[in-house]
Amino acid sequence: MLEIKNLHARIADTGVEIIRGLNLTVKAGEVAAIMGPNGSGKSTLSYILAGREDYEVTEGDVLYNGESVLEMDPAERAAAGIFLAFQYPLEIPGVATMEFLKVALNAQRKARGEEPLKVPELLKRVKEAAGSLDIEMGMLKRPLNVGFSGGEKKRAEILQMKLLQPKLCVLDETDSGLDIDALKIVAEGVNALRSPDRAMVVITHYQRLLEYIVPDTVHVLYRGQVVRSGDKTLASELEANGYAAIVEEAA
Amino acid sequence: MPAVQETIEQVRRIDVDQYKYGFETVIEVDKAPKGLSEDTIRLISAKKDEPEWMLEWRLQAYRRWLTLEEPTWARVEYPKIDFQDIHYYAAPKNHAGPKSLDEVDPELLRVYEKLGIPLKEQEILAGVKKPGHETEADGVLSDLANDNVYKSGRVAVDAVFDSVSVVTTFKDELAKAGVIFCSISEAIREHPELVRKYLGSVVPITDNFYATLNSAVFTDGSFVFVPKGVRCPMELSTYFRINEKDTGQFERTLIIAEEGSYVSYLEGCTAPQRDENQLHAAVVELIALDDAEIKYSTVQNWYPGDAQGKGGIYNFVTKRGDCRGDRSKISWTQVETGSAITWKYPSCILRGDDSRGEFYSIAVSNGYQQVDSGTKMIHLGKNTSSRIISKGIAAGFSQNTYRGQVSAHRKATNARNFTNCDSLLIGNNCGAHTVPYMEAKNATAQFEHEATTSKISEDQKFYVMQRGIPEEEAVALIVNGFVKDVIQELPMEFAVEAQKLIGISLEGSVG
Repeated sequence: MLEIKNLHARIADTGVEIIRGLNLTVKAGEVAAIMGPNGSGKSTLSYILAGREDYEVTEGDVLYNGESVLEMDPAERAAAGIFLAFQYPLEIPGVATMEFLKVALNAQRKARGEEPLKVPELLKRVKEAAGSLDIEMGMLKRPLNVGFSGGEKKRAEILQMKLLQPKLCVLDETDSGLDIDALKIVAEGVNALRSPDRAMVVITHYQRLLEYIVPDTVHVLYRGQVVRSGDKTLASELEANGYAAIVEEAA
Repeated sequence: MPAVQETIEQVRRIDVDQYKYGFETVIEVDKAPKGLSEDTIRLISAKKDEPEWMLEWRLQAYRRWLTLEEPTWARVEYPKIDFQDIHYYAAPKNHAGPKSLDEVDPELLRVYEKLGIPLKEQEILAGVKKPGHETEADGVLSDLANDNVYKSGRVAVDAVFDSVSVVTTFKDELAKAGVIFCSISEAIREHPELVRKYLGSVVPITDNFYATLNSAVFTDGSFVFVPKGVRCPMELSTYFRINEKDTGQFERTLIIAEEGSYVSYLEGCTAPQRDENQLHAAVVELIALDDAEIKYSTVQNWYPGDAQGKGGIYNFVTKRGDCRGDRSKISWTQVETGSAITWKYPSCILRGDDSRGEFYSIAVSNGYQQVDSGTKMIHLGKNTSSRIISKGIAAGFSQNTYRGQVSAHRKATNARNFTNCDSLLIGNNCGAHTVPYMEAKNATAQFEHEATTSKISEDQKFYVMQRGIPEEEAVALIVNGFVKDVIQELPMEFAVEAQKLIGISLEGSVG
């Protein structure tokens, strides 16, 4: 589903290269964890997958279902089924969460040539999804992410993911800022979305999240490259020994 | 709501360019020759069958105007206007004061239909319904869209085409409630005692260059009188359309709310797309007596000129409300998206004790538009309060200025004002400016002022787009969120239209 081939990318403004020949393949149905020390390029990778303009791809390609996405803007990628759960979701003052959900859902439907969702149907879906994430309807009336606690923000991200039903989910440090109860709720939400036709890229610094979202593969990112890949035991190994051993190996 | 949506879709289809109301209608007109002189004024007055006192009033204004200089203090630039190169009167022919809709030129009715302003009463009844909260789903969403629910679900319309009012709907029904709603020309003929008492009592003929010009040459506009204790049973609305080339529109609106009455009034306007600039210099006077409340909303969408800044309407308008009575309230809400140049400061004179003035404004500028707008809150009475919420959005190469004045007279004990001016910039070639004047001659006055200027951040835009919302819609969504507090003040039908209008005005502002 996702194939990253010898990807090189730099910050457009400064020309500093962050991703230096990254290779990664994630199959449909697979949950791939990306781990790595701070500054290894994890968040940058998520932004590049979602199409953020601040980064410039200088070499290589990103294929999604066999086709390059590099020429597509963020909205087009989203409509094609790529979703990024942000580490720091942005506040949108004056736009009620419910309204935002409606606009986003209908924009994607429109891009796919579908009719806008009727209000009762929309509400039914939102209620179902919100209920499973322990989100109260009151929160949906508030402007998106404005004054939300860390946990509320992350739950709102997963709520959007559930409603939009993407094919490729990229979760950037979804565990950061969450207490254990919130983490469990979020992880359950993510696990409920696991399916044979959906791939997930779970970016995390700690192994903690992977106890709740158990990955099929684990990849260690260091200085813009995948330096080691393995199964879920690799995560436990990292937890026990730290990144130092692998990093030395790579260096 | 669906009716408005349809209207917008309809109008969208009509025009290919960004300005959706730029069509011109071929209609036979009766025009005064170009130029301004005492003869022009006599001609206008004669065309309108006016009494002698009205002509004298106009001539007095004209003589005064000859001594005045065009103001230059606003942050707007334009070539000098040749006041002799304008037609001061243009009226559709076959317009001999139609008694009913059947007598109105069908071509005119089609114009308003095309603009989405239904002038047939039965259509209004059928088309605009009070939004029902049928299901919880609808309830939640429409509550989110608007807190302000249309009171009666119907709107009475006065349609002004170039220099004349072509029709006013629902007059009979309003008359039953004692409300007078008609064109100002008709009011001068039918209710001279009211017009003589109040006309010029808020904006005197000596007020300023454009108001004085308007006093001399005003051609039509609306007149509203709500008697003591009456709550006007429906929204009143005037729709202004400039159609003729080289024609100025000088309308005059006078609204009087007697003791304990309430009225909500809406104003909309459009003009054809032309290469030449056209002048629009209106005067609006509001008078609220004891315990009365007037709510005045404007959606201004005059032709703004093309992408290179050619053409467009010069909108030089004087609007002022007088809270003459104790505990009276006047509230201005404006959504300004059109005009090449806007020079407009809807103001409140807080004369009565415990009176209250409000000003809610959204001013959107794009292309080469120039906006210099704001308000004045003049506190004269005791315990008077005022509130100013202004949201300026600048895109393209436009300049957007908020200019406001808040003053407290020495007798205005406990005067209170709260001002909040936020500006939002889209792109790097536009400008936003805030020019607040505050003057308190009384130590008990409390004035608060907040101002912010921000740019739509790339982070915000990326986040919204990542959810599948295309760039222009993403910007419109963020902007609509930014103006939410003001949109909430608009009557529901206008709120939806205003949101769409803001989106349309900002088309082409990104990328």
